[in-house]
Amino acid sequence: MTLAHRIIPCLDTDGARVVKGVNFEGLRDAGDPVTLAARYNAEGADELVVLDIAASRDRRPTFLETIRRVAAELAIPLTAGGGIRTLEDARAVVRAGADKITVNTAAVGRPSLLSELSGEFGAQAVVLAIDAKRAGDHWEVMVRGGRDATGRDALAWAKQGVSLGAGEILLTSVDRDGTQQGFDVPLTAAISRAVTVPVIASGGAKLPEHFAQIFTEGAADAALAASIFHDSVQSIRELKEFLAAKNIEVRLPC
Amino acid sequence: MKVALIDYGAGNVASVERALRRLGTESTRVSTPECLADAAALVLPGVGHFAALIRALDERGLRVPLLEALQRGVPSLGICLGLQALYDSSEEAPDLRGLQVLPGKIQALPANVKLPHMGWNQLKMTGPSRLLDGIPRDAHFYFAHSYAAKVENHGGHEVATCTHGSEFTAVLERDNINAVQFHPEKSGAAGAQLLQNFLRLAS
Repeated sequence: MTLAHRIIPCLDTDGARVVKGVNFEGLRDAGDPVTLAARYNAEGADELVVLDIAASRDRRPTFLETIRRVAAELAIPLTAGGGIRTLEDARAVVRAGADKITVNTAAVGRPSLLSELSGEFGAQAVVLAIDAKRAGDHWEVMVRGGRDATGRDALAWAKQGVSLGAGEILLTSVDRDGTQQGFDVPLTAAISRAVTVPVIASGGAKLPEHFAQIFTEGAADAALAASIFHDSVQSIRELKEFLAAKNIEVRLPC
Repeated sequence: MKVALIDYGAGNVASVERALRRLGTESTRVSTPECLADAAALVLPGVGHFAALIRALDERGLRVPLLEALQRGVPSLGICLGLQALYDSSEEAPDLRGLQVLPGKIQALPANVKLPHMGWNQLKMTGPSRLLDGIPRDAHFYFAHSYAAKVENHGGHEVATCTHGSEFTAVLERDNINAVQFHPEKSGAAGAQLLQNFLRLAS
């Protein structure tokens, strides 16, 4: 009886459609979010993340409608984010059906946002997304989709974020994202061992071995991936069976 | 059947509503005392802070009609914070009075594990359960909490426990009162079966 390691598909959307691309360039359509959500719900995903990577003000109503339609399909938790800057933005996302809110750039600019969200929704609903990039002997926090350096140390920011009220950390390796070379094990292990909340590893996944490694050596509590699931390179069911055979605790779909 | 879903502004009211709808049951959101009077069944959802739930119940004047409904024998299901609210009090908000239907104080989970206890975990059955009827014993349920009802002694009202740092009450059943620490509305097929079992008790 142990807490299962979670497998989390992520839907990057332009508000209405799932898109993929590297560093926001050459975005291409990767499907309907509602169809994908229903498929992952049935295949045994443990949770779903939906992000609005465009996050433009005028597309916001479209994104909220996407959350509503996705939430209607799910019997698993839903995390939503992208462009959440204020408590009011977060309320709209929660009202649309998200169980958790994820914030990134806005929290770096104004860390008290984390306390505001935690105060209203509880720490279990606040996911601090950190995009980290290797900088010599440490990792630096990047914002605006991994493009801009902040000068902040990722480890220190993770700890501060938790003390301010984040109940979970969604940690993306900017170095590994899109490479399919595997998760960033040293980064994830360093952050996961330094904070008291669960850590979701993201960036670089392709093979089942990558997931096994991040759950063992990387000390991750959950692992997130996007295109390998969308393109059916990796089925969630087979991935979980692979992990279970390695004695890694997972929830096997029935 | 009128299933009253107590709506005091908690985050997961809509999720519970959607989960019941998937089972073909329309629930009614209830936020005023008079609407509780003719409920055939009631669900007390909850997520977040103990103080937010207790204050919201008291501000809306729902405490007394809720307790009256429980005393009348109306089948009820508390979810997450809705389980914790049944107890005397909670370490999360020591100055506030819980619903005091069950004795004891809700306690923080130990700090030697990652908190919140977030994700899918399994249960240990400690007695026969009507809510878990027909659900595989090794099923996982989705938890998201940092406080819990400590298991003092077996032979209480818990029928299943879970362990994260320490053992706590995961499912309790006493007369018409049912409560779960996890979120059945977010627990896939196993959660849907549990909600179905509750609706059957209430019909």
